[in-house]
Amino acid sequence: MTRDPLSQEERVRPRSEERLRPRPAGRAREVPAEGLRYLRAEWTKLRTAPETVWLVIGIVAATVGVGLVVALNMPCTTAVCGGDPTKAGLTGVQLGQAVVAVLAVLAIGGEYGTGMIHGTLAAMPRRTGILAAKAVVVTAAVAPAAVVAVTVAALAGRHILPAGVPTSTVVRAAGGSVVYLVLIGLLAVGVAAVVRNAAAAVGVVLALLFLFPVLAAAAPDPTWERHLLQAGPMTAGLAVQATTGLDKLPIGPWAGLGVTAAWAAAALLAAAIALEARDA
Amino acid sequence: MSGFARVVHAEWTKFRTVRGWTAGMLAAAAVIVVFGLFPGMRGTCDDSCSLPVGPEGGEVTDVFTFVHRPLAGDGSVTVRVASMTGQLPELTGTGQRPGTAPWAKAGLIVKDGTKQGSTYAAVMVTGAHGVRLQHDYVHDRAGKPGAVTASAPRWLRLTRAGDVVTALESTDGTAWTGVGTVRLDGLPATAEVGLFVTSPMYVEGHGTAGAAGAPSLATAGFDHLTTTGSWAPATWTTERVGGPADEDRPLGGPPPTAAGEEPGGDRAPAAGQETGAEQTGDGFTVSGSGDIAPAVAGAAGLGTTISQTLVGTFAGLVFVVVVGAMTMTGEYRRGLIRTSLAAVPHRGTALAAKATVLGAFTFAVGVVAAAVVVTVGPGIIRGNGVYVHPVSPATELRIVAGTGALLAVAALLALAFGVLLRRGTAAVTLAIVATVVPYLLAMTVLPVSAGAWLLRVTPAAAFAVQQATPQYAQVEGLYTPANGFFPLEPWAGFAVLLAWAGAGLAFAAYRFRRRDV
Repeated sequence: MTRDPLSQEERVRPRSEERLRPRPAGRAREVPAEGLRYLRAEWTKLRTAPETVWLVIGIVAATVGVGLVVALNMPCTTAVCGGDPTKAGLTGVQLGQAVVAVLAVLAIGGEYGTGMIHGTLAAMPRRTGILAAKAVVVTAAVAPAAVVAVTVAALAGRHILPAGVPTSTVVRAAGGSVVYLVLIGLLAVGVAAVVRNAAAAVGVVLALLFLFPVLAAAAPDPTWERHLLQAGPMTAGLAVQATTGLDKLPIGPWAGLGVTAAWAAAALLAAAIALEARDA
Repeated sequence: MSGFARVVHAEWTKFRTVRGWTAGMLAAAAVIVVFGLFPGMRGTCDDSCSLPVGPEGGEVTDVFTFVHRPLAGDGSVTVRVASMTGQLPELTGTGQRPGTAPWAKAGLIVKDGTKQGSTYAAVMVTGAHGVRLQHDYVHDRAGKPGAVTASAPRWLRLTRAGDVVTALESTDGTAWTGVGTVRLDGLPATAEVGLFVTSPMYVEGHGTAGAAGAPSLATAGFDHLTTTGSWAPATWTTERVGGPADEDRPLGGPPPTAAGEEPGGDRAPAAGQETGAEQTGDGFTVSGSGDIAPAVAGAAGLGTTISQTLVGTFAGLVFVVVVGAMTMTGEYRRGLIRTSLAAVPHRGTALAAKATVLGAFTFAVGVVAAAVVVTVGPGIIRGNGVYVHPVSPATELRIVAGTGALLAVAALLALAFGVLLRRGTAAVTLAIVATVVPYLLAMTVLPVSAGAWLLRVTPAAAFAVQQATPQYAQVEGLYTPANGFFPLEPWAGFAVLLAWAGAGLAFAAYRFRRRDV
């Protein structure tokens, strides 16, 4: 965002000026129109930020690339020795989510970095409206990228490691992965709005994602390991990718995704409270 | 030089007056300490938990079935291993399947009595590693490869002459090949000599943290047993060295339940397996379960190591990396970089001063946090009933200093990314992805070989500096990061991170000199 904040503000300015012009009575206060304006403004900001397109490409590249490397290196593909071909092909989501987090954090943290947030708040006084609009446009950017990335990774993984599980289960794993990536984007939006610093927000989000599996793997106590895996946004959410050994999962596929959704909801709620309560 | 000191002082002032940065560093120390002292593990091991100590000081596993006689002075023993079979646990289910563990051992041993941890030398056939000559737990020498089958028996001979023990092997009992000679300084005049069989914890897995080990059993048929020298007239005695404490338990009765986390000699074979010996004509059929080897922590071994107490290093690393990147990107964000460069026009000096302040402060914070954890942490874990492998003070020092250095160099890597990218978000993401993600993938999804490769070439290799206990080729184990083992030697792994940070800073300095700001 440091590159050319001015040009972005210029792009936004006409809209706020437009708002000051006299309007036909009764239409100015119409809520849907205001919501749409917020969405359009946020979408323009996200679309025109130079890094967005690269981050979207990065989501696909990271998800597909890591998935391929892991799938090609699996020595054992059967459920008997603990392998899960579908999950292996979708391993790239673990790296792709980092790119998603960066995209989402920049969508809001970048404004704090350049000071553009003041202009945004002046132009769009409804703070929760801004947050909702940001959440929607981030979802709109992440979801298509996630669909492409997960579909390619799942198809490639299935080609390399033919899984002996029903197609419906694979579709659940892939569809769940897309939802998961979107939820991580929402979590990152919430964290960035609370932290107000893009670099620190990325640190917080990546720590939330990666610390739980690291701690769980190092915990010698199985009970603690299980609790950590159930509680972490990443470890619980990625249970949706499992297609074999479902009875041994620390948390069920959909329940796990629910945990991730709860994290995202909590982050957005905290963000809404913080935005309403704070100056900027 | 005083000029440089002034620049360092200026950078230090900048650093310590940004509340977020010092808070971030202190938070890094706090999470390392909290995770280290967090009573997140429970075991059933009380004060009496201890492992036998070998002649060279290290802790050892010394559990095997021993058919022995005292040998006064010099002499030799020869035997033919006619068969070797075994039972392996089904790790994905219950019960056993036939098969010998790769490091199942059957052969001849000369040992200072039957006490656990005493000095010994043994020549043996193994499940998958051919003939070996091992002594004093940590030393291992390979003979000829090949397993024992009904059509390919193996002859073994062990000769004692003073302190020197010589091992020979043969396929037919007439043409002998030397396996090697070892010197046992502490061996008394009268030693216990005889046949032994043992079979270690069997492990299987490909990097998944959940993989575990379970006991296995080996049975060897010995015949053509002959001796020369001054053997006591007593007959052969069977003993399960390190066996269950309830000695009057009838042979083949229900063994006590195996408890994976409990160290000591009480690791009985899985239910349904029997250890012991039976005389058969000119030999014995001996069954054993256990190992004669250095003790190893982890899924296949016992308890844990002090590396486990430092798991908070990851959390600390995230804080440190964020601060490291922001010391640079913060200047770009606020435009302070122009003032900084006006005051210190020499770019190399400016960067070096920043790196000095950041590196030194991070190192100090990391060392203090690690020192607290390594001093206090093991006591808490022991109090929770988990066995912790003791390490030498030198190793503790290496782990403490290494943790500080690991955090400091990771911060410098993030600083380099910050100079190159000038954006906090990108620099932080890159630094975390480079250091934490390879470790995570190696620990969770990747097969062991691919994971080991990642931990050799990425900055995550530096976590090797926290490895507390060595890895032994002759002990099957889950030598994975989750169990505190890394593919590189401690300082070699650290050197990988150092190389990344060095290259990053050099490139950053080059770009920094050529750019406008």
